[in-house]
Amino acid sequence: MISESGDLLLRRRQRKQYRFRPAALVLVSFAAILFQVYVPRFVEQLSYLELPLLVTVYFSLMRREPVAGVLIGSSIGLVQDSLSHNPLGMFGIVKTLVGYFAASVSQRFDVENMTIRFLLGFFFFFFHQFFYWVLASTLLGQQVGFDALQTLFFGLLNAAVAVPLFRVLDRL
Amino acid sequence: METFLNRYRNLTVLLVALLAQLVLLAYQVRSHGDVRLIRVWAVTGVMPLARVLEGVRSNTFGFFREYFVLLDVRTENERLKKELGTLKMENQFLKTELATADRAQALAAFQSRSPSRTLAARIIGTGTGANSKVVFLDRGSNFGVGKGMAVVTPDGIVGKVIASYPTASQVILITDPSFAAGVISQKNRIHGTLKGQGHSICMIDYIQNEENVAVSEWFYTSGDDRVFPKGLPVGQVKISRQGKMFFKEVLLVPSGLQQGLEEVLIVLEGVHQDIPEVPQTQQPLHLLPAPPRDPASGEAHGVLSGNLSTDADQMLDRYKRIGETQGHTYGVAGPKPPNFNVTPEPPKPPRAEPAKP
Repeated sequence: MISESGDLLLRRRQRKQYRFRPAALVLVSFAAILFQVYVPRFVEQLSYLELPLLVTVYFSLMRREPVAGVLIGSSIGLVQDSLSHNPLGMFGIVKTLVGYFAASVSQRFDVENMTIRFLLGFFFFFFHQFFYWVLASTLLGQQVGFDALQTLFFGLLNAAVAVPLFRVLDRL
Repeated sequence: METFLNRYRNLTVLLVALLAQLVLLAYQVRSHGDVRLIRVWAVTGVMPLARVLEGVRSNTFGFFREYFVLLDVRTENERLKKELGTLKMENQFLKTELATADRAQALAAFQSRSPSRTLAARIIGTGTGANSKVVFLDRGSNFGVGKGMAVVTPDGIVGKVIASYPTASQVILITDPSFAAGVISQKNRIHGTLKGQGHSICMIDYIQNEENVAVSEWFYTSGDDRVFPKGLPVGQVKISRQGKMFFKEVLLVPSGLQQGLEEVLIVLEGVHQDIPEVPQTQQPLHLLPAPPRDPASGEAHGVLSGNLSTDADQMLDRYKRIGETQGHTYGVAGPKPPNFNVTPEPPKPPRAEPAKP
């Protein structure tokens, strides 16, 4: 009986899989990258707002397909890499993992719940920053410090932005 | 095999994607090369939009001004409020325009007097990544901009071009942790290496503890790096102290980034210059003219001339007038000395001449 109800719940969640128009997916991702490229020129503090990451998390969560998450994450990450001065693949690898894990997580949780969204936004920001630091230190040999407290703080800020942003993106 | 792949389809796709990117990364790191095509696509796709956004932003003030001017108001109070708002906006707009004109004028003046051949460019975007100190300029290889060129402002060096695309170029700022440039101090000609730290203060490395570097001393480019022509200002020393090992700990405030960055100059052909002997000139100090003399205070103290300011001067003046009043000539023996207890008459102000028609 319990197993049947569990299956029903899982099936109901899977039915709510979102299908985005490709144009919307491309435009939103593009706008997020453009925001990161343009806006911090005037408000430097906003450079810590990782909109491309939040968009990756959102699309992966709502598509609920790990393969789609991988493709979305790697594409957004590679475009981000192209606009940075690091070798191509750094953001690509990190966002590929974020996309995969976000899509996998979405099959277990109710990702339309605001609290879950907040927690996932926070977790994936911290994971993204930490894994990027690990890659930069190990693969590129960069001597860059990792400020865990600051990352936690910016994680909270990003999560706070993620909740209303996801609400807006729900209407796509 | 097919069943295995179907069963682990998600994991397989993930591993393939990760592996492909790792290979791409390894290729770039090992060969010190770049996958230029992908970057050109991304930059060509994103930067024109950033340029449009920049154009929209710079015209926004003008739009709002027109909007307020055309707005029809009914009551006098509202009209006055709107007028005040319009004037405020206009004032802000003109201030911005003036600042832009000043910056453009400074750039043009620097460009004309600099022996190096330079190209003016505008910043249209920043690099991705939270700690990135990279910006994009609106001039690229179509304008002759190439990798490795120096980027400066009249106030100091800004960074260097690390990639050039047809419509834009990527510049690493001197505050980026991976930036380095050769510098030399103004007084003792001490060589060092300027390094970015990821924030607004830079570090100068490889200066021996025995060397003398004073706070507020200026550093200039040494030309050793073959990127920046010798003699360009870099910044002023903020902290200079003994280091733990062999080298001094010298922190410097970069002068090129202090005024904010909007327009810069790309050095297309650099010419080395001498390090100036005099300290870098600061902003000219504006002095008001001397205040007008207050006649009332002059009378109260018995002062005739504006030059008589000390007590001794005033006393001398008082004795002179006593002598003139009593017909006494100092230094000549007379029947009796003058009476110094009387108060001399104050001097008469000069008569005002009638105004001519």
